[in-house]
Amino acid sequence: MFEPKAFWTVAMGRGLLALGAAVLIVGPALFSIPQLQLLTQFLSLLVIAIMWNLLAGYADIVSIGQHAFVGIGAYAFYGFAVFAGLNPFIALVMAGATALLFALPVMLVIFRLREAYLAVGSWVVAETLMLIAGKLSAFGGGSGVSMPVSVVKELGAQPALRYETIYWLSFALAGLALASTFILMRSRVGIGLTAMRDDEEGAGAIGVNLIRSRILCFLWAAPFLGIAGGIITLQKLRVAPPASFSITDWTVYVIFIVVIGGIGSFEGPIIGTIVFFLIRQYLADIGVWHFILLGVLSIAVILVEPRGLWGLLRRIVPQDLIPVSHAPPRRRRAQTPDADKAPSPTL
Amino acid sequence: MLAAIVNQILQGVLLGGLYAMFAMGLSLSVGILRFVNIAHGDLIVAASFLLLTLTSQLGLPPFLAVLLVIPVAFGGGYLLQRLLFQRALGKSVLPIILVTFGLSIIIQNGLLGAYGADTRKVAGGAFETATLALGDGVNIGVLPLTIFLTAVAMIGLLDRLLYATRIGARIRAVSDDVATADLVGLPSARIYAIAMGVVGVTIAISAGFMSIWTNFDPASGPSRLITAFEAVVLGGLGSLWGTLAGGIVLGVAQSLGAQVDAAWQVLAGHLVFLTVFLIRPQGLFPRS
Repeated sequence: MFEPKAFWTVAMGRGLLALGAAVLIVGPALFSIPQLQLLTQFLSLLVIAIMWNLLAGYADIVSIGQHAFVGIGAYAFYGFAVFAGLNPFIALVMAGATALLFALPVMLVIFRLREAYLAVGSWVVAETLMLIAGKLSAFGGGSGVSMPVSVVKELGAQPALRYETIYWLSFALAGLALASTFILMRSRVGIGLTAMRDDEEGAGAIGVNLIRSRILCFLWAAPFLGIAGGIITLQKLRVAPPASFSITDWTVYVIFIVVIGGIGSFEGPIIGTIVFFLIRQYLADIGVWHFILLGVLSIAVILVEPRGLWGLLRRIVPQDLIPVSHAPPRRRRAQTPDADKAPSPTL
Repeated sequence: MLAAIVNQILQGVLLGGLYAMFAMGLSLSVGILRFVNIAHGDLIVAASFLLLTLTSQLGLPPFLAVLLVIPVAFGGGYLLQRLLFQRALGKSVLPIILVTFGLSIIIQNGLLGAYGADTRKVAGGAFETATLALGDGVNIGVLPLTIFLTAVAMIGLLDRLLYATRIGARIRAVSDDVATADLVGLPSARIYAIAMGVVGVTIAISAGFMSIWTNFDPASGPSRLITAFEAVVLGGLGSLWGTLAGGIVLGVAQSLGAQVDAAWQVLAGHLVFLTVFLIRPQGLFPRS
């Protein structure tokens, strides 16, 4: 059955996504340096939002301590690039590995807390790690330290070239995060996660291993957050506890992004990040009011349409733009006459 | 040397009284309403700013200002639960976490817009600085001692309220099994709202003492929430007397940590919390 209207809405949505991706690919040729920096921020925040959505939207790990892993990544990147003198690209990978390594003991703490307690528990862990980072005198203690120029130059001799390299790094990370999480969601594990999102008890009852899925998601998110922290450090060119472990930038904004865009959907974080950047570009000068607006908006979203903007759009768009769920098998009753020839019960 | 250590531990114990005050409201919402109010600390700070306005603009004495704020906080808690939190309660805890989280950000930035980012304090007069000498160089402040004793009295009263009054029995019934409570005709939404009103009263009283004893600014809420949360978890989720124990453990850890430097004060509290939690995740006095 072909429904032209439905087909065209979906095609238009996918077309917009493809157009967005195309613009990002030719971005460096198109945009000025400040615009490219903005896009780099956009892509970094998108990665963090995708990961928070994976945890909160599917695996039921509502973390308010996401910024911990971004901060760990930032500090690890600085350490590997500056003290160990590694090539910045390798240092980024090491930043991801370090975040993954930290995720193991952190999991030991927060997985003992369930549900709402986990949220504040993860925050305590993040606070503790930030305070410890402020005690590291090699990293400038509480006031932080700037990247040496020699390390920065490894990314390109001229600033323009450097910004382009950093842009491509964030582009690659966002692409990797989207593609790999898409594959994860399409896999057997992902089907289990979707079942958990819809009904946790039910999912457990039909054999989804809830604990294993949660652990997998948590460990999945950590390295992406760590590498994002490294890329953010490359942009800011310094590490400092309150900035690298910024709860506002890497957790508060991210929660608003995902909630407003649509929690528990693949499209939600993408839409949310776009909306967030629009709000920030045009409303940043209203100061505290843009926070209040985001807060009110997110509360309204949860009470009115918990699936966010994408949930609203989804009333018009008949299917997911990014098909993370599997289409149900088509009924082929007409072609399979076997169904009619089912053996009649023998009495 | 010994006197100095005894002094620090004593200060820590008394500081634990203030932390227990922060924590008992959160303990009630965890134990009865079954959610962690992320905006708990911000509500304490908001009440402190209200007290600041009443004392500095209208010139009211702090004690009178607190008496005025208590009914306001009860009504505020009642309405907040009735109009906002109740709508987000359900099978999943995600909506209520996110609603209280959004509220927290709104309060912080609302206060920032209204009062600016400056650190504030409410003047408490002579009461603030009076001390009692216990001999051997050990001194305790009258204010911290009053706070500690008030905290103990508040826990005793809350305990009586929950276990020896009609409304307390209703609150416990709704908290134990809301479906059955509804079935026997209890107005569960209203009872939840009354419980949140009681939480509001604890917030007003703790704000009264906090605003005299410590500095605060619009961004102080999260650290108060985290302290309250740690005291609740340390004491055992839902246990009122446990919050006092949890508060004291944190207070002593911070007070001894502060001997090293200011940053260690907070860090020592977190580290002790994490260590105790890993060894004893059910808390010191788990409610069976």
